[in-house]
Amino acid sequence: MDGSTIIFYILAALTLGSGLLAVTTRQIFRSAIYLLFSLIGIAGLYFWMNYDFIAAVQIVVYVGGIVVLIIFSIFLTHQTGEKLPSPTLSRQLFAALAVFCGAALILVQLYHFQYTGTTETALEPNVNNIGMQMLSTDVGGYALPFEVVSILLLAALVGCIVIALRTKPQTN
Amino acid sequence: MHPGLGQILFISTALFFIGVYGFLTRRNLVTMLMSIELILNSVNLNFIAFNKYLWANRLDGLFFTIFIIAIAAAEAAVAIAIIINLYRSHGSIDVENAEELKY
Repeated sequence: MDGSTIIFYILAALTLGSGLLAVTTRQIFRSAIYLLFSLIGIAGLYFWMNYDFIAAVQIVVYVGGIVVLIIFSIFLTHQTGEKLPSPTLSRQLFAALAVFCGAALILVQLYHFQYTGTTETALEPNVNNIGMQMLSTDVGGYALPFEVVSILLLAALVGCIVIALRTKPQTN
Repeated sequence: MHPGLGQILFISTALFFIGVYGFLTRRNLVTMLMSIELILNSVNLNFIAFNKYLWANRLDGLFFTIFIIAIAAAEAAVAIAIIINLYRSHGSIDVENAEELKY
């Protein structure tokens, strides 16, 4: 048990424990905060795997963006201190059954599959390599998906404004 | 035992099914959106783990993760716009109250 292993298991426990609390707690604001800790745990796992850039993106976009957006929408749509109704027992039971069957199926597959990885030398996932491949138009470059995703973000921006726009009452 | 691919795949599987459980039991749109975020994060973790442990000579898993994060941000923004609009028209964001399209 060296330090790296201990840190890995602490991060795993943080991610799974707060994820589980996020979907079971009955106070919606606490649920958002537990989600925040789960996402931070995943960012920690990315740091643990030495993927610094993706961990930074995870923190900036999820923790700084999406969770803040979710908290805003909770404040806009809920009374503070109000508890969510508990889900009915049959729904809990069937959801747990579905989850158990699915997880068992996936885990059995996971531990019987023989993974054969590449033997070539590793490519360092630093910002230089990521940027060069992201904007490359050669084979294996990601310039076209980059442009498509920027159009998607623009469309989402315009769509959000149109959907959430308060329509004025008609005046004669 | 030093943690490797198996342990990370176990974490991502567990996180995926935690998200599925939340999606099936919750009836509030904001908490359902949170469950979807957990599911997307488990997929991202899978991509990064496969990239690191099996195909370390390429960066494709990392790019998939970046694009999934971008699309998840757009999805969350649109979903919250829809939720706020639903709250204005129905006064509640419980999915049981928004069933005009059901029949």
